[in-house]
Amino acid sequence: MNRQQTNRLAIGVITGLAILVVIPIALVILFVFYNGIGTINWEFITAAPRNGMREGGIWPALLGTIFLTFGTAIISFPLAIGAAIYLSEYAADNRMTRMVRLAIVNLAGIPSIVYGLFGLGAFVLFMQFGTSILAGSLTLGILTLPVVISTAEEAISSVPQQFRTVSLSLGATRWQTIRYQVLPHALPGILTGVILGLGRAAGETAPILFTVAAFYLPNLPRSVFDQTMALPYHLYVISTQVPGMPLSVQYGTALVLLLIVLSLTLAATFVRTSMRRRREW
Amino acid sequence: MTQAKISIQNLYYTYEDGIEALRDISVDIPPNEIFVLFGPARSGKSTLLRLLNRLSDLDDGLAQGAVYFNGQDVFTRSMNVSDLRRRISMVFAIPTPLPGSIYDNLTYGLKMAGIREKGELDRRVEQSLKQSALWDEVKDRLGSSAFALSGGQKQRLCLARSLALEPDVVVLDNPTSGLDPISTATVEESLYSLKERYTIIMVPHSVQQAARVADRAGFLLDGELVEVGKADKLFVQPQDQRTEDYITGRFG
Repeated sequence: MNRQQTNRLAIGVITGLAILVVIPIALVILFVFYNGIGTINWEFITAAPRNGMREGGIWPALLGTIFLTFGTAIISFPLAIGAAIYLSEYAADNRMTRMVRLAIVNLAGIPSIVYGLFGLGAFVLFMQFGTSILAGSLTLGILTLPVVISTAEEAISSVPQQFRTVSLSLGATRWQTIRYQVLPHALPGILTGVILGLGRAAGETAPILFTVAAFYLPNLPRSVFDQTMALPYHLYVISTQVPGMPLSVQYGTALVLLLIVLSLTLAATFVRTSMRRRREW
Repeated sequence: MTQAKISIQNLYYTYEDGIEALRDISVDIPPNEIFVLFGPARSGKSTLLRLLNRLSDLDDGLAQGAVYFNGQDVFTRSMNVSDLRRRISMVFAIPTPLPGSIYDNLTYGLKMAGIREKGELDRRVEQSLKQSALWDEVKDRLGSSAFALSGGQKQRLCLARSLALEPDVVVLDNPTSGLDPISTATVEESLYSLKERYTIIMVPHSVQQAARVADRAGFLLDGELVEVGKADKLFVQPQDQRTEDYITGRFG
């Protein structure tokens, strides 16, 4: 075998492996889509479940997930942006900083059910928020922190150092430099991280299990202190807890959840690409 | 003799790794002159420039000694660093426009200083662009991106950006690096007219340029200020053998 042939073989193998990664994702999506698309209609989206959830729609669960996603964003965005600015612009390389970084890395490795139990202990019971949208959003917010902080930090550090130096040399203060030269250019990257984090939060079941999710609650929540249904937990319930559940409803629910998560991920990719195109340097 | 605009006294600078970058530098720079600091690469020229307005705060090194600006020690804790950097303005060797338009670049420092009045901003933009000989080339496209300018135009934009602050002292670190001879001549000419209003401290592109533009010059070698003198003497009859060797091209 000569060099050209080896080269072609290597590229072939690598390309094959790359395609192998795509196959399971494509299969899952196609499978759920094929089985679920027939169930989805206007009533399925906008009606409350009926007859022990075997009929009707998913509206309370869908709306609950939307509320929770917003709640998560409101909690995680300011915390993450603050932490990322501190870590990349202010923190000195000392024990304190290393501890904060270690905490963030470890936060990413904690199983989601542990977040759920923590949320139950800290927010539901100790802070007496009860099983509520507030408690669930706080729990999901913490869950998303690692991914949002690390993407935000990366976005902030990718703003060229010379811009900071020039800004400071023109008499801007450190905060003015961050405010006018760093954050505007890092914002799309930070948003990408937030949206990715939300995609993760929207699909999680365990963290909302004890903190917010209701088994069956056809009425819509009226305040952040109310419980709500949520899609991932609803899917879990109708797949395992309800006898005689039509498969079509399960697949329909799964498809809606999948579409929400996928569209969030796509939105993140879109923000990132449009940012790269707009960049001047 | 009038009071020195900038007075450097027994200044030492040590990098984080313990290497001494500047050793016992003392020199007075009177107002309204072009003071040229020349010497071989890595002799500490840029390091010295960055100390003047405490851009050195961004580096991990230790400064000892004193730099007086209008008689005031710049290293005192109470010194308003933002204000100092507006009074002693630095132009970097590599011209770095900020993202945004030409107008945005020129008004950035002013806006950060709290100057928002449109008439005043416009006046400063026009004046600084004329001073740096860029006005005629860009007056019709102040709103377009600063990144679209040519290398020489960017260099003059960065000079204008500093001048817009109406500083006391303009510090230029090799302002004609990467410029063709014609652009270089343009920049040098604007320097002559600028010294009526400003004190100019610059690191030149070459010994030839140093001799062309300097009123007085200092020769820096391995962190040591070997010789300081009037340009018409220093470049003709240097007192120190090392200065002579460098000027005549025996090393560096």
